[in-house]
Amino acid sequence: MVTSITSFGRSGLYDWMMQRVTAVVLMAYTLFMIGYLLFSSDLSYAQWTGLFQNTAMRIFTLLAILSLVAHAWIGLWSVSTDYIKQTGIRFVFQSVCGLLAFVYVVWGIQILWGV
Amino acid sequence: MLVSVYRYNPETDDAPYMQDVHIDIPGGKDIMVLDLLQLLKEKDPTMTFRRSCREGVCGSDGMNMNGKNGLACITALSQVVEKDKLVLRPLPGLPVIRDLVVDMSQFYRQYEKVKPFLINDTPAPAIERLQSPEDRAELDGLYECILCACCSTACPSFWWNPDKFIGPSGLLQAYRFLADTRDTAREQRLAELDDPFSVFRCHGIMNCVNVCPKGLNPTKAIGKIRNLLLQRAT
Ligand code: SF4
Ligand code: SF4
Ligand code: FES
Repeated sequence: MVTSITSFGRSGLYDWMMQRVTAVVLMAYTLFMIGYLLFSSDLSYAQWTGLFQNTAMRIFTLLAILSLVAHAWIGLWSVSTDYIKQTGIRFVFQSVCGLLAFVYVVWGIQILWGV
Repeated sequence: MLVSVYRYNPETDDAPYMQDVHIDIPGGKDIMVLDLLQLLKEKDPTMTFRRSCREGVCGSDGMNMNGKNGLACITALSQVVEKDKLVLRPLPGLPVIRDLVVDMSQFYRQYEKVKPFLINDTPAPAIERLQSPEDRAELDGLYECILCACCSTACPSFWWNPDKFIGPSGLLQAYRFLADTRDTAREQRLAELDDPFSVFRCHGIMNCVNVCPKGLNPTKAIGKIRNLLLQRAT
């Protein structure tokens, strides 16, 4: 058993599962967005804000944001443990990724509940 | 034909280099790469490589021939030579001891980790532990591995983390014992594999399947380990 304290869920299986579940969520969100934009050709500002004032849409969007950061974290963590050999530099890289993920979540929530 | 061989003798060379040798194959026959190496060694006795069985059984002459790992003794020139040229290098990713000989310690350490032996805590029967032909058939495609390391040294995930990722060869053996009905240590074996590196560094690139000289499929075995881990956790 290789121990690792920086991975997403500490278990390889859990990370693997999360990577797949979040991918499905992101896929669903992307398809919904493409579909929505295709079927509302003359999209107005009111319609767009209306969409995001809907609670269901806010939940869906927040879910997509959380999925995005989890997915990105798992992926970038893998990349960093593959290619960045020096522990110090790797830790800095992972810290920056973690901080950015947190910033994006907070920022996303602010935008989402600000409309 | 032109043979370009990786040469390195740490006692006399500062750095590894490629040595170009022009050689005529006697009678223009389609010989094996190992035979060609033997011819090279007759010209230059310092040329170093491993071999033993010369029939694809012992797994000692794994090397990289024109970019693809394989066993020199069962690879015919006609299978690898391109434009009358052959480039021979040691297995990628492992420390070179000399010329085509690599240090396999890291590879064996991963093999050791999967406890490649039968564990059974029930009292031993008088004669032997029996298996049904069906249960025995589960081990086909697993037990044939000769530990040549062609697969693990073709796997990028193993190149980057040879100390943490068990690699295709070790995982094929891990599954060989997980699949054995006579083994009673399945739970401990799986618990050992559930971290982010041991199994899950495999990204299904399938380089391992592409090179295995015994035609085995480590990727499939890794998928089965993942399924066992899933079953255990859900
Ligand atoms: S399938 Fe997995 S084990 Fe095989 S070469 Fe690819 S990453 Fe390595
Ligand atoms: S799985 Fe195939 S390539 Fe890998 S060590 Fe075994 S025999 Fe060699
Ligand atoms: S010499 Fe034994 S496998 Fe090639």
